Amino acid sequence: MTKPADQFKWQELTVGFVIPEPGTAREYHTGDWRSTHPVWDEKKCIKCGRCWVFCPDMAVFQKADQYFTMNPDYCKGCSICSRECPTEAITMLEGK
Amino acid sequence: MINLDLYAPLMLPKEELFTSGHRACQGCAEALAVRIVCKALGRNSIVAMATGCMEIVSSPLPTTAWQIPWIHVAFENAAAVASGVESGLKALMRKGRLPHKKITIAGMAGDGGTADIGLQALSGAMERGHDMIFVCYDNEAYMNTGIQRSSATPFGASTTTSPAGKVKAGQETWKKNMPEIMAAHGIPYVATACSAYPIDLYEKVKRAALVKGPAYVHCLSVCPTGWRIPSGDAIRYGRLAVETAAFPLYEVIDGKYQLTFDSPKLKPITDYFKGQGRFRHLTPEAVARIQERITRDYEKLRAKCENVNK
Repeated sequence: MTKPADQFKWQELTVGFVIPEPGTAREYHTGDWRSTHPVWDEKKCIKCGRCWVFCPDMAVFQKADQYFTMNPDYCKGCSICSRECPTEAITMLEGK
Repeated sequence: MINLDLYAPLMLPKEELFTSGHRACQGCAEALAVRIVCKALGRNSIVAMATGCMEIVSSPLPTTAWQIPWIHVAFENAAAVASGVESGLKALMRKGRLPHKKITIAGMAGDGGTADIGLQALSGAMERGHDMIFVCYDNEAYMNTGIQRSSATPFGASTTTSPAGKVKAGQETWKKNMPEIMAAHGIPYVATACSAYPIDLYEKVKRAALVKGPAYVHCLSVCPTGWRIPSGDAIRYGRLAVETAAFPLYEVIDGKYQLTFDSPKLKPITDYFKGQGRFRHLTPEAVARIQERITRDYEKLRAKCENVNK
């Protein structure tokens, strides 16, 4: 992971604080913030993708078998997916 | 019969131009709005963004959540920088230093950066007619610095600089009607959207990108932290804001108004206020006053849409 901002020396900083590489925020795992986590019931899931489209952290993704699941590295446990699921296939459980 | 609308989200592009790992609060509907807007803008775009929640959460110095060129500018000049980028690219293409191709320029700001601090720069950019989009993410206060009131804060909302107490009941002025101000500039495209309706938001930003000339999209983005609601309810409250007409969805295409969400029977505003901590102090009289004003504004808007259809 790139260093935290306070460990940089001024010589190492780019001119104008340009970040030359895109999408480096991925290296910071926001999954540590989570206190509840979503669990998919694949018997109820109709693969509509509402959990995917409403995830503000891009943490829900489609597996090879077309069902959805969350990426534990980034899911913050906000429970939007479970509230918006039309078939109530997602439940939020305590803990990571 | 399968409800095809239910499967509509799968039609959106899978590519994420706003990546995971941004530091927005849990359940931030503004981050969701940025994500959908980026999907609609596509890879060939440049974003100039004013200071605000999204700038803070997406680019803490060594990292960035953006996959497209992104410029952080001061609070007041997102629209000025976006218009400068547009003019610069036009000049470079004219001189043959860059190949001719369509590059979408987007200015983005929160409600403070649009309705309060950035208003004159935005008004200037719209008046000069640059081919750009301006997207306002309206979470109805300065959430980034700790929920201070802005001119987009609705009447009665309690914020840290308009607190509800024994004497006063929260914000005492009405929400500034930013889309109307933009429509008054006579620009080709103005729309209001909400991240609770992602397909609608996607379509509107896509349309704004294709329009020649300036376009403005005002996106209501629910803020669970500032509105004092549970993080999972952000989408539900966005939908309620639209269904109660607290935030009607409409488009203005070349001066022609068109409602994109119209329900013959609106829900009462109490449905929207219920459960929101920032409105918990409101008395029934205050709610009745707000309801009256919202109904009147909505009837006005509906009349504008009907006049066009005649």
